[in-house]
Amino acid sequence: MKPLVPSLLLLLASTLATLAETGPMQAVLQEHRELIVKSSRKTIGPAIDAVASSGLPEAQSVLQAWQVKNMWMRKSDGLFFLGEKIDAKTYRLIDFDSGDSAGEFPKRALKNIKPNSGIRAMIGTALVQFQLLDPEPERRMAALDAIERSPDASLLAPLRNSMEGESDAGIRARKMRIERLLTIAHGTGVDERVEAIEEMSTDLGVDVRAALNPLTRTEVKAFTGEIPDGLNVARSLVPGSDGLPREEAYALLVATGLAPAMVGREEIREALIANLEQDSVGGAQAGELGTDQARMRAYSVLAEAGMVPPLVTGAEIDAALDAHVFAEIYAEASPAITAAAEAALARIANRVGFSQGVDLALDALSLASIYFLAAIGLAITFGVMGVINMAHGEFIMMGAYTGYVVQQFVPNHTASILIAVPMAFVFTFGAGVAMERLVIRWLYNRPLETLLATFGISIALQQLAKNIFGTQARPLTSPGWLDGAWVINDVISISHIRIAIFVLALAFLGIFLFIMHRTRLGLETRAVTQNRRMAAAMGINPDRVNMLTFGLGSGIAGIAGVAIGLYAKVTSDLGADYIVQSFMTVVVGGVGNIWGTLLGATGIGFLQKGIEWFNPSNTLAAQTYMIIFIIVVFIQLRPQGLIALKGRAAGD
Amino acid sequence: MSTLLEVSGVSVTFDGFKAINNLSFAIADAEMRAIIGPNGAGKTTFMDIVTGKTRPDEGRILWGDANISLLGLSEARIAREGIGRKFQKPTVFEDQTVRENLLMALRNARGPLQVLFYRPRREDLDRVHELSGEIGLLDALDRKSGELSHGQKQWLEIGMLLAQEPRLLLVDEPAAGMTPAEREHTTALLVEAAKSRAVVVIEHDMEFVRRLGCKVTVLHEGAVLAEGSLDHVTANQEVIDVYLGR
Amino acid sequence: MSQGVLAKNPSVLTFLAVLGLFTLGVTLMSEWAGTEIVSTSLVKTLGKTLCLALVAVAMDLVWGYTGILSLGHFAFFGLGGYMIGMWLMYERTHGIVVSSLAEAPIPPTEAEVVAAIGNQIFGVVGSSEFPPIWAFADSLALQLVLVVLVPGILAFVFGWLAFRSRVTGVYLSILTQAMTLALALYLFQNDSGLRGNNGLSGLQNLPGLDHVPQSSISIWFFWASAGALALGYVLSAWIVSGKFGSVIRGIRDNEARVRFLGYPVETYKLFVFTVTAMVAGIAGALYYPQAGIINPAEIAPIASIYLAVWVAIGGRGRLYGAVIGAFFVSLVSSWFTGGQAPDVNLGLYTIKWVDWWLVLLGLSFVAVTLLAPKGIGGLVDLWTGRLAPDRHGADLGPDAGSLREAEAEQ
Repeated sequence: MKPLVPSLLLLLASTLATLAETGPMQAVLQEHRELIVKSSRKTIGPAIDAVASSGLPEAQSVLQAWQVKNMWMRKSDGLFFLGEKIDAKTYRLIDFDSGDSAGEFPKRALKNIKPNSGIRAMIGTALVQFQLLDPEPERRMAALDAIERSPDASLLAPLRNSMEGESDAGIRARKMRIERLLTIAHGTGVDERVEAIEEMSTDLGVDVRAALNPLTRTEVKAFTGEIPDGLNVARSLVPGSDGLPREEAYALLVATGLAPAMVGREEIREALIANLEQDSVGGAQAGELGTDQARMRAYSVLAEAGMVPPLVTGAEIDAALDAHVFAEIYAEASPAITAAAEAALARIANRVGFSQGVDLALDALSLASIYFLAAIGLAITFGVMGVINMAHGEFIMMGAYTGYVVQQFVPNHTASILIAVPMAFVFTFGAGVAMERLVIRWLYNRPLETLLATFGISIALQQLAKNIFGTQARPLTSPGWLDGAWVINDVISISHIRIAIFVLALAFLGIFLFIMHRTRLGLETRAVTQNRRMAAAMGINPDRVNMLTFGLGSGIAGIAGVAIGLYAKVTSDLGADYIVQSFMTVVVGGVGNIWGTLLGATGIGFLQKGIEWFNPSNTLAAQTYMIIFIIVVFIQLRPQGLIALKGRAAGD
Repeated sequence: MSTLLEVSGVSVTFDGFKAINNLSFAIADAEMRAIIGPNGAGKTTFMDIVTGKTRPDEGRILWGDANISLLGLSEARIAREGIGRKFQKPTVFEDQTVRENLLMALRNARGPLQVLFYRPRREDLDRVHELSGEIGLLDALDRKSGELSHGQKQWLEIGMLLAQEPRLLLVDEPAAGMTPAEREHTTALLVEAAKSRAVVVIEHDMEFVRRLGCKVTVLHEGAVLAEGSLDHVTANQEVIDVYLGR
Repeated sequence: MSQGVLAKNPSVLTFLAVLGLFTLGVTLMSEWAGTEIVSTSLVKTLGKTLCLALVAVAMDLVWGYTGILSLGHFAFFGLGGYMIGMWLMYERTHGIVVSSLAEAPIPPTEAEVVAAIGNQIFGVVGSSEFPPIWAFADSLALQLVLVVLVPGILAFVFGWLAFRSRVTGVYLSILTQAMTLALALYLFQNDSGLRGNNGLSGLQNLPGLDHVPQSSISIWFFWASAGALALGYVLSAWIVSGKFGSVIRGIRDNEARVRFLGYPVETYKLFVFTVTAMVAGIAGALYYPQAGIINPAEIAPIASIYLAVWVAIGGRGRLYGAVIGAFFVSLVSSWFTGGQAPDVNLGLYTIKWVDWWLVLLGLSFVAVTLLAPKGIGGLVDLWTGRLAPDRHGADLGPDAGSLREAEAEQ
């Protein structure tokens, strides 16, 4: 530092001499030369402000040059120039005011002004006011982004100035919105701010709440005697109430130095250990100090001797609490503003609550669609045929893996999904038919054994998938047009893929109803289900019908697998994750009734989302409670399902 | 003779179909009664209601000397009250021996703990012996009942009913699928049983009903169409129209 | 009384003899006896398998005899393990904490010891407070009572609700599976009070017996497991031998008929369900100290399904079938998954049994269900000449009966 001082003095002297010949911008810079050269974040503020508020047309270009480290100082006279690199050792200097070249200089004759990142950010903020008026719309948007990132009081005025001449309607609206938010935080008058608060109280944006929340921030304070005038009191608190437990109140007194600290168990223990002398402290042997009473006694002895701070008794705590009043004090001084902010936040909270309700319902609906998709195949095999297929989940998994494999060969995602859906159907249809032929048909009327045999198939298929595809999740990428979400407002949004799944679920419902009620297969299926022997007597081949129906249910599971694979990761456990919910969907809804399945899926979807809403941090608990709830509802209310068969058919 | 079972004003509906419509029926101790009627007349449903399998929508069912209501009691409780039932199809425990079947049916304490610590007493074994003699299965006591012929199973089931010592026996088509000789044996068994208790027999076979020689109730569309001796009801024009004429 | 049982079930005596010989043989060949033919870890595996056989016997009672396909009995097994695990973990941590606190200059207070234990046990789930369910963890006697009581009460409440509503067959199976899933999900939570997915660990160390080598502890547990299996087997044989056995088999084959005979079917089912849950709890309490660790994954529904698999493969409706099934499947399974089975080289592809064992198990399970519904126990019938009559597909009787012609034996 020392050798610098004389040279600085020298520079200062020469400045005075050259001042008259330089332009006004150079004059401003020279005035703050010391600060600029020192380049410290703590002190640079006035220099930046001076340039920015100089009102000179060159201010923007100077700040830009400074920010990108293109400002140079000529060591000979201390003048600042824009530097242009000619080669590694030579720079051309350009005068800020005139824009004329001041000649070429070797690098060693110059000093580069290198602002650190903190200073660059400050310069950036100062630049915003210029960028707000920039002819390029992108620049103006970037400036608004910068304001949102660091809403600074100094930006309010330039922002307001820029609003008048704004030609782009979108940017203008955004400017006005940000102006309101800035006014809430940094407006000059109370009325102005209250007006801004009220205006924004219908806006659901997170930024509005972020602007309002600091205004309602409070702090609990303790006062001796009366609460002094001039404080914006939110409410006064009584120690021992819900808002202020006694321990907290006393801790506050201790923290503000209004009462002596309590001596806790831990402190007593440490004090005793610290004062141990020859295995004895406070008249007790160390070995005797295994109980709280003994420790208290020894500590009291130490306290009487003045070696440790005295214990604080309950009575002393009471007295200290009685002697003080407690209140929540707003950080914001104006009661009008805090009241307006509280009211606005309450209004916003109401609207947010409503929107969240809608959002939750949409979420629940999409979850219900997924459960419905997963369960609809089961509604056929279990619901209509009465076959317990524990491998149903594995058919879903097979469908998802089919989608993955197709994507390996067809890179276009739209095309690959279009191919994968029929492929998955064919593949799982075949698997289903094979399973029906080989296993299930031997076990009709033995449901428990069907359950176990299909479970065997389930574990075999799962392990097979692990052996082929490995244990890690495989991606099934959705086409680009399914990315993104339908955003209704800041709270309500639903991703396109969920909408697609919902539509798919509806389509499946339609297909199911069509097949069951409008086709020969459906008629025969219903006939075989109701009375196998009678159907056989009427020329229906029950074996064929069973085979086709089972294949159909399996095939639909395969298509559901493609859809679920798009939404979740494809793993060998994919199906197992859905099997219990699927069975519950079918069972809760009532076996043999597609509307029941729909109702079951909707009920379970809404129930799960509802429970998650009450306990958002813990989805495991949500699932636990949902299952227990369903068990209880199921066995208590409708052991035969929500839509049950009645009469003699139900009995046996 | 006091009334043992009194069913009055009972109705039951399945999905809008009135299976039993304001049915009233009464039977006294040691009486035998045959119930006839076309398919769907509600004969089996009537038994379901009395035995507690189906809950009626309205009406009342009074039982025994104390006139207790059977409505709301469980099937097991009603069975313990003294109502035994034989199903249309022979339902015996096929995996178990004839002896085990009869021992299970024998009138004894039914609670799990009593049953757990139950060991057959002398008189229980004697009673099983005696019963198996009556139903002609003395030689088959240690055979699995699944191996018996159809008729033997029917008898075993009747034997199990007798072992329960019910005060009322409900028998659903006991003679279906039997040879003439087997029918005769069955008739004898039922007539013998009816000497000491009430017996209700559902039967299609008029010849069999005639041999029972008892009062007949004709059901039609869930209600009583006619009641009286067989000759009386078969002469009834309505009965001929809905049942016999077909 | 038991004379009658033995007379009716000569297989009980055979079973006890085989079990006794097995126990004696393993004992003599163990490290504890000094011969070291059977390693300590194998003794533990065999001891654990005895516990699995016990829970399989319980499962056979509830499924093979009463016809309730419960997919929840392994949950009861796990609960028993958790109950004993709580005591083991508490007492052991207590010992460690007391000895480490003894080095402090002044002795700890009771509250400090408890707080330190809490910190040790619940540190992994970011807590140090003892949840209320640990209230009795310091008492072996009370935790032993809970081993039986907790599964019993859960089974009783669930069974009371389900049976009273006459939920039967497949519905009941799915419902028990849902119950198991709910329990497992609950235990997976960190704030369940049982250390979330970390489970309870270090259970192989008996508190206060640090100086005893594992070779001795393992053989003690082996004896205890064998004893428990013997008792459980005789108890089960006694239950199924008399009229009670007739009634529950009747319930399995035709529930409605039993009801019309005047038996309170629901009470019987509840009785069997609860008692077997208690037996499962005892088996679990013996199993997990040998396994050393228990976590919620053990309780997942799949475990209960495997339990059904053992019973089915061994042959349900006969108690020794359950034992054979548990032994056969779990030992073969650990042989295959333990990497001891030789790989099969097919030229293009080498079958590694670690990967393919589950496929084999799944398919063999299908095969057993389809081709040999009587399971391995059916071989005994071949031996004794008890063959099913060929009825050429004619109906045996009621549609509702779960017994089919193959099971109506001569």
